[in-house]
This record gives sequence, C-alpha cells and structure tokens, in this order.
Amino acid sequence: MISIFQNYGGLLLQGFGQTLICSIIALFFALVIGSGFAILEVMPNKLIHGLAKAYIELFRNIPLLVITMFFYVVIPMYIAKISGFAAGTIGLTLYSSAFIAETVRSGIQSVDPGQMEGARANGLSFWQAMRYIVLPQAFKYVLPPLGNQFINLIKNSSVLAFVAGMDLMYQGNVIASDSLRSMATYLCIGLLYLIITLPLSYYMRYLEKKLAA
Amino acid sequence: MSMIEFEDVQKYYGDFHALKDINLNIEAGETVVLIGPSGSGKSTLIRTVNGLEPVQDGKLIVNGQDFANKKTDINRIRKNVGMVFQHFNLYANKTILENIMLAPRIVLHRDEAENKKFAMELLDRVGLADQANKIPAELSGGQQQRIAIARSLAMKPKCLLFDEPTSALDPEMIDDVLNVMKDIARDSNMTMLVVTHEMGFAREVADRVIFMADGQILEDDSSETFFDGEPSNERARQFLGKIITH
Repeated sequence: MISIFQNYGGLLLQGFGQTLICSIIALFFALVIGSGFAILEVMPNKLIHGLAKAYIELFRNIPLLVITMFFYVVIPMYIAKISGFAAGTIGLTLYSSAFIAETVRSGIQSVDPGQMEGARANGLSFWQAMRYIVLPQAFKYVLPPLGNQFINLIKNSSVLAFVAGMDLMYQGNVIASDSLRSMATYLCIGLLYLIITLPLSYYMRYLEKKLAA
Repeated sequence: MSMIEFEDVQKYYGDFHALKDINLNIEAGETVVLIGPSGSGKSTLIRTVNGLEPVQDGKLIVNGQDFANKKTDINRIRKNVGMVFQHFNLYANKTILENIMLAPRIVLHRDEAENKKFAMELLDRVGLADQANKIPAELSGGQQQRIAIARSLAMKPKCLLFDEPTSALDPEMIDDVLNVMKDIARDSNMTMLVVTHEMGFAREVADRVIFMADGQILEDDSSETFFDGEPSNERARQFLGKIITH
C-alpha cells in the first residue's frame, strides 16, 4: 500500500483533488436547488407544486449513471462540448438535489403550521416567513438526514470514473491496471474517500449537537 | 367609518357550508366579542378577516380593502390587522425581543433603534420587560400570550383579532392576559374582534356581543342588551344561561 502511495502519489493527489472539487460544487448547488424545489413543493399553488414534484420524481428515480451519461453523450451532440468532469458534476448535482429536496420538504412539513400562520398574520410574506421562521427550524430537524445525503453525494461522485472525470475512482482504475496490484490500490482509494467523508460525518454530528443545545 | 364589513359572505370547506350569509359591520374603535358553541364558525369567521381563510362568495372589506378584488395585496391588509392565536404561535427560533422586532424591521423597515425602543415599551406594557432575551419555550403560556399580544401591537395595527386567546391557559394565568386585553380595549382607536368564552371580559369591555351557531349569526346586540336584557334568540339565551351558571 505504501508503495502505491510512493509510486502513484501524483495521480492519487490529482484524483483526490478532482473528487473534492466535484463534491464541493455538487454539494453547494444540490443544496441550493434541492431547498428551492422543497419550498416550491410545499407552495399552495397546485401547478408549481406539480412541477416541483415532477422534477424531484424524475431525478430521484433514474440511476445516477444514466443521468450522467445523458449529459456526457447527449449534450455534446446538440448543445456544446462538455468535459467528463462537468457532465459528472452536473449529473451528480441534479440527482442529489432531488434527494435533498425530499429531505428538506419533510423538514418544512414537520415545523408546526402555526409558525407559518403566526408569521403571515404578523404581516410577513410567504417567502419572508419561509426564510426567517420556517426554514431555520426545518434545517434543525433535517440536519441528520441531510448529513447522510452529503456523504452519499461524496461517495456517488465516483460516477465520474465512467466519464473520464479524472476523479479518485478513475485514477484508482488507472493505477490498478498499471501496477497490477488491485487490492492494495483500491484499499488506498477507500482510505482517501474516508479522509473526506469521516470528518464531514463528525462535523455534521457536531452541528447537530450544537443546534440541539 | 367601518373597519370590517361582511356582506352576504359564504364560506365552504368542500361541501360543508361553514359560514352562511354573514352580514356584519364593525366600526373603527369598536370592541366586539364573538361567542357561540364549538363548531359554530366563530374561529372561521375571525380567520377570514385577515385572509387566513379565503371566502367563496360575498363581499368582505377590511380597512377599506376588498378581499374579492384580485388586486388587493393581502399582506397590506395584514399590516393593519394583527392576530392573537389560541396557541400563541410565537417564533420558536427567535428570542422574545426578536419575536416583537422582526415584522416591524422586515415589513415596515422601521429604524432599528426606534424598533427596539418601542419593543421594550411594549414588553413593559405587558409586564415582561425582564424576559426580553429568553426564547418562547422558556415562558409560561400566559407569558407567551402576552408576548404574542405585544408582537401584534408592534405593527401599530388599526385592528386586532383574538382567536380564543385564553382557552389554552391555566386558570391563574388568564387574568394577566385579560388585563392586557382590557387595557388595549380602552384605547378608543383600536378595533377589536374577540372570540372568547370569558363573559366577565365581554361584559366589562365589549361594545357589542355577537352570538353564532351553525355558521350563522343569530344575535347581534349591544353588550347591555345581551347581558342585562334578554337576547331575543332562544339558542343564545340557552347558551348564555349555561355559560353563566358554570
């Protein structure tokens, strides 16, 4: 294992970096898009609710690999050339946003409806009530399941390997076939994923405790 | 000048006819108490006044603005019409002071220093200035309800709606809340519509008493006629008899 690190340090580092960057971009946009669709889904307007629901069901129920391949193969045919990294990151963002939307929606719905009523009666608009009163309480409820979604997202970023996204998994495949030492290679790769996911997992737990206090 | 005007208002929940032919006119500055058995539609009626419940037919004009008109901005009506709920509905994620200051800040854009000064005056008025930095869950029900009243007053409304403000409170806390409400009722500029079973309160400060049953207004009397004379409606008489002997 040590020799893998010694001989292929550059590739591993590059893969680690790509995985990290892809995860951070996807995490940020998936959270923003997911929260947005969660709010649209709880809006009283039936049309908006229906559209949000359709988006969520679409991306939640198609395999991540299929979504990613779609962006990798179809977009270049009709719109613009797109790198494997970009296709993978977009696919991962949309796929994860659907799960995050469902998580945030359940959080919004677990906030006492009296909070929204009180805020509306107090003169706040629907969006102001969401922003200042409902969402802060909802995020407190959904922090534990949201942490799971974040960790899933990072692990799912390995989909980049299928579209030459130069991520950790992709470099792992390269190293394994070059060194012919598959087991040691994939152990190294697993270890590097843990370096990202474990601290995140602990940080989410810390946040949970801090907010519960 | 009338503050609240119902004209042949109808309200349905699906097939259920919750409010039937409501005609009611409440003048600015009046204190009106709404009573009736549970399920009579009194909470539904009060919740239509600030648009928490939409009405399906008829005319409902509040502070000169017509709910039926699609151009009416419901948020603008609510700036002038405060509401106090049975279960307080204070913002669980904000301190007491923030509960009071939030809406004036983000809806009225009131100057921060002035906002805080007025909030503290209101806290003083409801006797809870020392609780400013706590969160709602740390307060008793009676205290929370007084904060909820202060929060409504912070918007400087022309009209206040109270939906069973003391029904969820322990008996020993009810008086504190009623005293704050009586204090507001004495202010002749404030219009108050109160759903309550507190007959002592109704007798002392109400200008008018309205009795509802089965989604209809059955009796609309001055407070003197209602309590000291005889309500003309049989059901209102029975209801009054029961509630006073208890």
